[in-house]
Amino acid sequence: MSRGKKTVERVMQLMNQPESIRNIGIVAHIDHGKTTLSDNLLAGAGIISGDLAGKACWMDSDEEEQARGITIDASNVSMVHEYGGKEYLINMIDTPGHVDFGGDVTRAMRAVDGAVVLVDAVEGTMPQTETVLRQALKERVKPVLFINKVDRLINELQVDEMEMQIRLGKVIDKVNKLIKGMNEEMYNNGWKLDAAGGTVAFGSALYNWAISVPYMKKSGISFKEVYEHCKKGEMKELAKKSPLCEVVLDMVVSFLPNPKIAQPRRVGVIWHGDVNTPEGKGMMTCDPTAPSCMMVTDISFDPHAGEVATGRLFSGKLTRGDEMYIMGTAKKVNRLQQVGIFMGPTRVEVPELYAGNIAAVTGLKDAVVGSTVSSLMEMTPFESLEHYSEPVVTVAVEAKNMKDLPKLVEVLRQVAKEDPTLRVNINEETGEHLISGMGELHLEIITGRIKRDKGVEIITSEPIVVYRETITQELTDPVEGKSPNRHNRFYFTLHPLPEHVVEMIKSHEISMNQESLERRDAMVKAGFEKDEAKSVKDIYATNILLDMTKGIQYLNETMELIIDGIHEALDGGPLADEPVQNMLIKLVDVKLHEDAIHRGPAQVIPAVRSAIKGGMLLAGDSLLEPLQKLHITVPQDNMGGATSQIQSRRGQVFDMASEGDTITVIGKAPVAELFGFAGDVRSATEGRAMWNSEFAGFEIVPSGSAKEIVLQIRKRKGLKEELPKPADYLA
Amino acid sequence: MLTFIGLGLYDLDDISLKGQNAIIEADAVFLESYTSILTGTSPAELEKRYGKPIKILKRQDVEQHPEPILDAAKTGKVAFLTGGDPMVSTTHADLRIRAKNLGIETRIIHGSSIVSAVCGLSGLQNYRFGKSCSIPYPAKNWFPRTPLDTILSNLIQNLHTLVYLDIQETAFMSVQEGIGILEQLITGDSEKISLYVGIARAGSENPVVAAGTSEKLKDVNFGPPLHILIVPATLHDIEQEYLTLFAGYAPA
Repeated sequence: MSRGKKTVERVMQLMNQPESIRNIGIVAHIDHGKTTLSDNLLAGAGIISGDLAGKACWMDSDEEEQARGITIDASNVSMVHEYGGKEYLINMIDTPGHVDFGGDVTRAMRAVDGAVVLVDAVEGTMPQTETVLRQALKERVKPVLFINKVDRLINELQVDEMEMQIRLGKVIDKVNKLIKGMNEEMYNNGWKLDAAGGTVAFGSALYNWAISVPYMKKSGISFKEVYEHCKKGEMKELAKKSPLCEVVLDMVVSFLPNPKIAQPRRVGVIWHGDVNTPEGKGMMTCDPTAPSCMMVTDISFDPHAGEVATGRLFSGKLTRGDEMYIMGTAKKVNRLQQVGIFMGPTRVEVPELYAGNIAAVTGLKDAVVGSTVSSLMEMTPFESLEHYSEPVVTVAVEAKNMKDLPKLVEVLRQVAKEDPTLRVNINEETGEHLISGMGELHLEIITGRIKRDKGVEIITSEPIVVYRETITQELTDPVEGKSPNRHNRFYFTLHPLPEHVVEMIKSHEISMNQESLERRDAMVKAGFEKDEAKSVKDIYATNILLDMTKGIQYLNETMELIIDGIHEALDGGPLADEPVQNMLIKLVDVKLHEDAIHRGPAQVIPAVRSAIKGGMLLAGDSLLEPLQKLHITVPQDNMGGATSQIQSRRGQVFDMASEGDTITVIGKAPVAELFGFAGDVRSATEGRAMWNSEFAGFEIVPSGSAKEIVLQIRKRKGLKEELPKPADYLA
Repeated sequence: MLTFIGLGLYDLDDISLKGQNAIIEADAVFLESYTSILTGTSPAELEKRYGKPIKILKRQDVEQHPEPILDAAKTGKVAFLTGGDPMVSTTHADLRIRAKNLGIETRIIHGSSIVSAVCGLSGLQNYRFGKSCSIPYPAKNWFPRTPLDTILSNLIQNLHTLVYLDIQETAFMSVQEGIGILEQLITGDSEKISLYVGIARAGSENPVVAAGTSEKLKDVNFGPPLHILIVPATLHDIEQEYLTLFAGYAPA
């Protein structure tokens, strides 16, 4: 432990020198070797013993992670690396690669300035390489590349020295092509990866060696030597001559930016406040004397200390006892109790923590993942964290024992706080709560964690697919909604929202958080008429409400109720009570009662809700189902098993690529048909399939199966088991 | 035949003789219970007086599912009872329209109404009232400004305002609650209300009528419901004398 302690002291000395700090993440496709790389880096830095590395899965602190051999949560660690006679503090976050946990990657990228992109030399870039790289670039996180498992090229594929260089070159080209496609400006400004320039390293995380052009120059070892050692299986030899940790961390220190350099570039992207304010200036310059501004990227629970909030401190400093405010909550003081950093699974307290570091603090009881925390009572919050996947699968959970009822509610609230990609719907009346996540595996892990870590016995239902509803036609003849007293009338037209507008909402280019002028301009850019562009009253999921009426008395004080009614309709459409998406709603006329008491919530909300629902049925309301894109890699002989697994699930195969004696089948299939896929594909391919999946959006359920699915959902939800008619809503 | 019958202001004895006869002759009697109630009596006493069952109607029974009332009126004589005068509550106009559209004959037997009772109790002249308004209990996402705006626009035209106070199943808004809500809506000095008249239990043996500033009315014990509020404009001499004698008004 004394080595660990010594590290702590060195870490603390470096924390106040932004020039010496590198905040990095390691991102990769699943199984490309992230956790092995992290462990070996830690071992090299003296945090864990060298013998344990590669086996201990130090950063996989969750039992579940170690059992499954995958990383589920992003974990943090700080370490010290010496380069060119100077010490550097490296704050590293390991992130999961499995697509079901994509939300963690998004959050980790907010905290760091640089990323080591890890690619398997044999498999090359994979779909999730692309996803994580996109997340990094979107946050203006600079990438360097580590090509892993080079030993497999030599020993398994028997590639010669020449061929090896070509193959590695191809991987680099592919990653460069991705970077260029995602952000050409940064690509041209020095983010292009270049082996000769030093931003690429190769090696084997498992055998603890790596090589890069700068390191070859520094150590005198040649590419040929590396190849020879590898060929002869002299891995220990290689690890001594060209240790992984040296090579990779040298690359990190030399080519990834320190917070002082990174923050001016990043702040404009992740924060839309005024850079001339004290907090704006503080963040642009990483100033420890400026007001404190921190973005929470993770919340975990420590049995002793309670809730631990981890996040990036962009300006100011944190000290025990500091009074902080959480933006967007009641302006109540949250007092910092412990201030520290993570060293693997343990947290180490420090007296003070400065701008540019990744902090782990307790006492922020009002914070959730994504919160902006500041010593100022008010500041513009950071851009919200975006997730590239959506929750598409739901399970219902119930406490097994009556006595656990209250505890389960509390545990579910915690789980929701820890993982913002989950949607938790607590129903204290029925005791049946719903958890929605990104896939079957995601939910298995979460429910497993509730049982094991939180000690609550639960019964879970079969997973249920989350559907959507949308209209397929325009309704230009206004639909009329009458209030129960018939004195208030609301007239709407409904229109499918064009795909590019949906994208603009998803990317926050059009949002209710914008100033109205800015929003108007964005709407005009999206192709709306000027009078429409200035009339946005609400954006809910990917639906827009426009108020096209003019000069209607009392509408102002009724608008919030109209919006409430619209939300009720959008939360559950008429067809199957599933969330509604991609709809443009225009309020074209309103008649209101003279007296306020006759146009209260009980009158307005049902009138609006039934107008929208009835109108949707007139506009071809349809059911949408989530799909997943599948990549299955199998030996040639097992190809039939793989393709039939997709085709038998209402799926489509659209590409097959062979590489040596393996073939990758690419296709997509509805989530509804994919339950149990893992087991089935294993037996269909004699256990030889490597596969992964990613969210591929929602598509209209084919008309052949739509009615049956709608009726099934209605039955499950206790709705009338027949297709609804407009007249059910429009009296 | 659907007969709308006003029960008047306070108890069983406020109904007109015509109204009384219509109830006696009716095949079915409905009592609407949500726009107003007679606090001096109860549905049970009403049933006892007329010796026939009385069906109590909630808002949704009238607004959304009026079929039982209309069906009964197609074939028999239906008495539809309301507090006060039936058509002062605009919402019943809709029921009469529906009945007419179904070919059902309708008539109205008027009752004494708070609209005219306040003139008697306060001495404020009927000719000088502007638009009336209601103060609803605020709800989530709903705190309408209409009542204040109506009062202010009446004041500009030097007109009195009759302010109805919310009646809900479990709560009757008091004069003080009503004034409290108006004061929350007031922003700035230009929106000043310097005089209120609070009235409780109009039509009863012991109505309370009190005029004064919001400060003064806070200390008045108005007693049980129903309450109603008036915001007077500048007072005519007779109005001022009347309020001084009957409502404890003390001109500044």
